[in-house]
Amino acid sequence: MEQLLRNIFDNNIFVFTVTAILPLIWIVPYALVAIWLERKISAHMQDRLGPMRTGGWHGWSQTIADMLKLLQKEDIVPAAADKILFNLAPYIIFIAAYAAYAAIPFSSAYIGADINVGIFYIIAVTSLAVVGILMGGWASNNKWSLFGAMRAAAQIVSYEIPSVLAVLAVVMIAGTLSLQEINNLQTGWFWNWYVFQKFPFIFVAFIIYFIAALAEVNRVPFDIPEAESELVAGYVTEYSGMKFAMFMFAEFVNMFAVSAIAATLFFGGWNSPFGDFLGGPIWGVFWFLSKGMVLVSIQMWLRWTLPRLRVDQLMYVSWKVLTPFAFACVIAVGLWMML
Amino acid sequence: MTDIFETSIKTSTGKALRREEMVINMGPQHPSTHGVLRLEVVADGEIVIDVIPHIGYLHRCFEKHAENMTGYQQVVPYVDRMDYCAAMNMDFGYVLAVEKLLGIQVPERVEYIRVIMAELQRVASHLIAAGTYGLDIGAFTPFLYMFRERERILDLFEMTCGARLLYNYMWVGGVSHDLPPGFIDKAKDFCQYFKPKIKEYNDLLSYNEIFIKRTANVGVLPGDVAIAYGCSGPVLRGSGVDFDLRRDDPYSVYHKFDWKPEIGKGEMGAVGDCWDRYIVRIREMIQSINIVEQALNQIPEGDVATAIPKRIRPNAGDVYVRTESARGELGFYVISDGTAKPFRIKARSPSFVNLSVIPEISRGGMIADLVAIAGSLDIVLGEVDR
Repeated sequence: MEQLLRNIFDNNIFVFTVTAILPLIWIVPYALVAIWLERKISAHMQDRLGPMRTGGWHGWSQTIADMLKLLQKEDIVPAAADKILFNLAPYIIFIAAYAAYAAIPFSSAYIGADINVGIFYIIAVTSLAVVGILMGGWASNNKWSLFGAMRAAAQIVSYEIPSVLAVLAVVMIAGTLSLQEINNLQTGWFWNWYVFQKFPFIFVAFIIYFIAALAEVNRVPFDIPEAESELVAGYVTEYSGMKFAMFMFAEFVNMFAVSAIAATLFFGGWNSPFGDFLGGPIWGVFWFLSKGMVLVSIQMWLRWTLPRLRVDQLMYVSWKVLTPFAFACVIAVGLWMML
Repeated sequence: MTDIFETSIKTSTGKALRREEMVINMGPQHPSTHGVLRLEVVADGEIVIDVIPHIGYLHRCFEKHAENMTGYQQVVPYVDRMDYCAAMNMDFGYVLAVEKLLGIQVPERVEYIRVIMAELQRVASHLIAAGTYGLDIGAFTPFLYMFRERERILDLFEMTCGARLLYNYMWVGGVSHDLPPGFIDKAKDFCQYFKPKIKEYNDLLSYNEIFIKRTANVGVLPGDVAIAYGCSGPVLRGSGVDFDLRRDDPYSVYHKFDWKPEIGKGEMGAVGDCWDRYIVRIREMIQSINIVEQALNQIPEGDVATAIPKRIRPNAGDVYVRTESARGELGFYVISDGTAKPFRIKARSPSFVNLSVIPEISRGGMIADLVAIAGSLDIVLGEVDR
């Protein structure tokens, strides 16, 4: 018996499977809560109530009900669609979003894979979403979907540059690409967080990263790939039922992923803001998730406040505003470190 | 425009790539065509090369229906349904035309009530226009803020005549109900409540940097082009042409109030761009509220039903009356052959005329600009198609 258990637990495949599934324990409830929260936040910002009935208290189970509804819906594939690509696209987008969680440190004791090029891996693997979006847009055989996919590809590729440069500024100070290492270097009180280091350059880098991240996850004011008043729904126009839900799920997973990366790089990740107060691996999870959720809330706040940019203005912001400023930050941090 | 299609691009194997324009249908089921408008867009990628509006999806034969009613009064509910966002303004134009045909003078209290209702309706209509315009540009929240205020106006209408959208309130020779007790105080309260809200809209939307970027210098409609196309209302005034029928061809009691039309000045870009058309509506709401306040203070006592004719049978003849509806010059041409039924009614609807300018001003812009332009023209398809 002991031998059997040892065989199971020493087996690498078992360990890999468990560590791969663990983030889902957070992501699934998070997505359910975040979708409900977004509806409630938007409702209260807009002087209405939002969901109030389902489940009793402030419609808390609205998302669960919606999910059950979407599961029961007929899965419509347009007759002229490229069926293989059409069916594959939502899963590729979700995989791209989920794969990032492998290298995100949830606490000092838990990280899916503490690879020494963690942040590099995350940036690389999240780019995979472009492939999924293009596949979905092309396979739908709908002009609006294609418009959305083309816009999304251009946008995500463009905004990766300022976001990578902003990350680079932090990596230069830390001297490592491992996110767990970067967290360890920010231990202590909140003034040890990188966002307050080399002031104001890393702070500017954070702003650049956050704006670029908004664009990478297609949130307002950069939601032009799915701009519902222009492109109906962009690349998700033809999707229905559970496949649509996968797109939605991936969007919220992505929102938290970029927030988590921002929290890790700039806000100390799982470190308590107050030195050893409520420190340790268990509270670390709490601090990490709280920081991530604050940034997610800011994304929602912007979503319901700002209008949308036009596609050329979006490119202008990326190439002519964010990228030069990000370069300036990198150079300034470099010069500061040489002093 | 054509040269980019003439230069052929060669692939690595030396084969010429074919390039062509894409024809894409915007509507009739599209979120930002404000109803069932279909725009056939010829596009080169994101650039709009040509736009052809197709209308008629909401055609309900209003003019033919009007000839088959049992009388002039029965046309009013149909007129309501033309511009369902500004039904009071529609009624106003129609009843004025029939009254002119009959040669009846309505009591002064009726005139004041009509002006109050028409101006409140104008505010409600501009709230929808500005709110949905924010929606077109991607801002959700202003839309619901503006609907919150519109709700108060609809409450006032409901209090007066029981209906919230299609009122059948203005009758030939009078109005269906006198103002209920407490209406004047409530309306004054609303005016006081509404004025500071304009600042809220301006902070949230009008002077938002992104909003200005999206609307300034987009869809520029010069004044002479606007006149050539016969545009009217906020679209014409947005192009810097100072023309408002309430002042230039006064009807009812508009000459008794102190107000001025708002015109576009090109503050954020060229005169006559989308931002100008938008801000004209926002500023007109303030003017309308001023008119309502003055009318509420001056309104005389009296009976509203004295001039309502028992039987409407005008002498043979024809009449054309034009009024300033929320969307521009609304004209009714009514021909009577001496019977109780109108022989012919022709409506000159402002949205229809304003819509005709879309191909002119959206060529060379982007798909997103087309949405911004269509929203800034503020068309109501019920009135375009009738």
